[in-house]
Amino acid sequence: MPTAVDNGVNVQALLDARDALAGAPEAAQFSWRATSKWQNGVHSTTTIQNFFGLGEEQSHKTETVFDADHPAVFAAEDNGITPIEYLLVGLSSCLIGGVASVAQNRGIQLRSVEATVEGSHDIRGILGDTDVRNGYNDITVNFKIDADASDREIEALVAQSQKRSAVFDALTNPTEVTVNVG
Amino acid sequence: MIGAGHAGLAASHFLGERSLDHVVLERGEPANSWRHERWDSLRLLTPNWQSRLPAGVGYEGDDPDGYMSAGDVVELIERFASSTGAPVRTQCNVTSVRHVDDGYRVRTSQGEVRARAVVIASGACNRPAVAGFADAIPESVRQLTPFEYRNPDQLPDGGVLVVGASATGVQLAAELQRSGRSVTLSVGEHVRLPRTYRGRDVMWWMDASGIWDQRHDEVEDLARARRLPSPQLVGSAERATLDLNVLAARGVELVGRWGSVRDGQALFSGGLRNVFALADLKLTRLLDSFDEWARAAGLDPELDPPERFAPTEAPRSPRWRIDLRSGEIRTVVWATGFRPDYRWLDVPVLDAKGHLRHDGGVVERPGLYALGLPVLRRRKSTFIYGIEDDAREVTDELGEYLAGRRPAQGKRPASANGSGPSKDPRPHLEPFVQVRALDDRVTP
Repeated sequence: MPTAVDNGVNVQALLDARDALAGAPEAAQFSWRATSKWQNGVHSTTTIQNFFGLGEEQSHKTETVFDADHPAVFAAEDNGITPIEYLLVGLSSCLIGGVASVAQNRGIQLRSVEATVEGSHDIRGILGDTDVRNGYNDITVNFKIDADASDREIEALVAQSQKRSAVFDALTNPTEVTVNVG
Repeated sequence: MIGAGHAGLAASHFLGERSLDHVVLERGEPANSWRHERWDSLRLLTPNWQSRLPAGVGYEGDDPDGYMSAGDVVELIERFASSTGAPVRTQCNVTSVRHVDDGYRVRTSQGEVRARAVVIASGACNRPAVAGFADAIPESVRQLTPFEYRNPDQLPDGGVLVVGASATGVQLAAELQRSGRSVTLSVGEHVRLPRTYRGRDVMWWMDASGIWDQRHDEVEDLARARRLPSPQLVGSAERATLDLNVLAARGVELVGRWGSVRDGQALFSGGLRNVFALADLKLTRLLDSFDEWARAAGLDPELDPPERFAPTEAPRSPRWRIDLRSGEIRTVVWATGFRPDYRWLDVPVLDAKGHLRHDGGVVERPGLYALGLPVLRRRKSTFIYGIEDDAREVTDELGEYLAGRRPAQGKRPASANGSGPSKDPRPHLEPFVQVRALDDRVTP
């Protein structure tokens, strides 16, 4: 029963926000920001705290710092995960958040959700082979979900979470990227 | 009445019954869009027995399970117009409708008309939708909308990219493939339906189980229901299913939703598998609800046994990029839906996305009404046979308004969203309700 289900997602707040933003599309315009600093070699630190949304500057409650580097097999110092692995972090966490939200909205109690993500990557591209693309050739996500729901309801959760996922969209569709200097 | 299609003529019929003085303004001739804006092979998605209009006018042939051509629809609508004696003013293009003190001032190519009330019956499909990036497609590639498309002979030889996999897209892809061209179909979210299920036309199921009669104020998410694209169906003598598995087996290449053009390259979404999964899940839920309803209604003995269809098969590695300058694609056919055209409507009743704001066809201005829009009052509203109930009810309201008994439609509470789940005693209709947000736009 929907009333007893608690996945920790405040679906009502999300539905209210959707209704409110339908009449105020300008408030729905968000800007997410990150600032990266070169450390040494291919090691960088990226800091995230502030963003813009609902018409004003917003802030996470704390600043988060991410280290990105490359592993020893790339002759680097491995001070953090590689940038392309951060894409996997974004994709799987976005899909899991979606599964929880959709489950809450559909009155499905989750007990555990686990996603393993694997991206296949031919690194000859980044090493200069122009016949090979730089990015992932493909990405596979495998979900293991334990919930009070039929297999088909669980499949539907996962399908719906992809449909409403910002990162799934960002990875599967082209995005205009502008890079400036100065 | 603006528009002498089936909707405007149905409204005219009911106004005539009430002896209310009215005129039907028609830019061309009755059933104009059926004369000029349909491709040659088009057949209705609904079977002939469903092609009926008020006043007992309907299909009269000997093939109730067949599907009308556009010409048949023109004949039906003409027959309806003459049987009801509708006061149609043809070749009368409406250029402006303005709210004035005592009603509306309607400017037309034949002069001005004053009316206390106006019914917008100009249709939901006035303009083919085309992606915003169409300008970025190289000039060597010809672009066609379904309004311009008539038959494959029109197209240059060579490959065709059909954009959109709703009824129009799958039908044109099939026809172009048959003409010997290599066809690529760009697939976004879609509604998969079998033509027949357990021996009956799927439209029979929708009708008999009560789905088509579900009212707009019973629909859980009306905005979504109104955006639903047409299902993957074709009306053919064989009553054959035309889904993506059928097209792929005939050699049509499936690619993801077309996202953009960059440096002459068409870029397609990598999310093709998920749109297949969504459509397959929704189809299964719908068939489950059909079976449940049939069992409860005691119809199992007269129907074929339940069946389930193979999942949509994903190509092993769908292409996400096609070079439009390579000559592989010579023509792009847009089958990305249609939009209404209200450029002539000088009354501020459109929402931010250009849709008419109305509650069951009652627009937020006294004396202004609409007919023939998706889920106007019922899920069947845009079908030919769906107009009768809507037109009767809307013209009832209009009559009350003119009689001074219903002065302020504009203040009626909107019954659109958030009215809660319906307490409908009819069979479980959730599966269709859960066909969520399936617009087939190609721009994000």
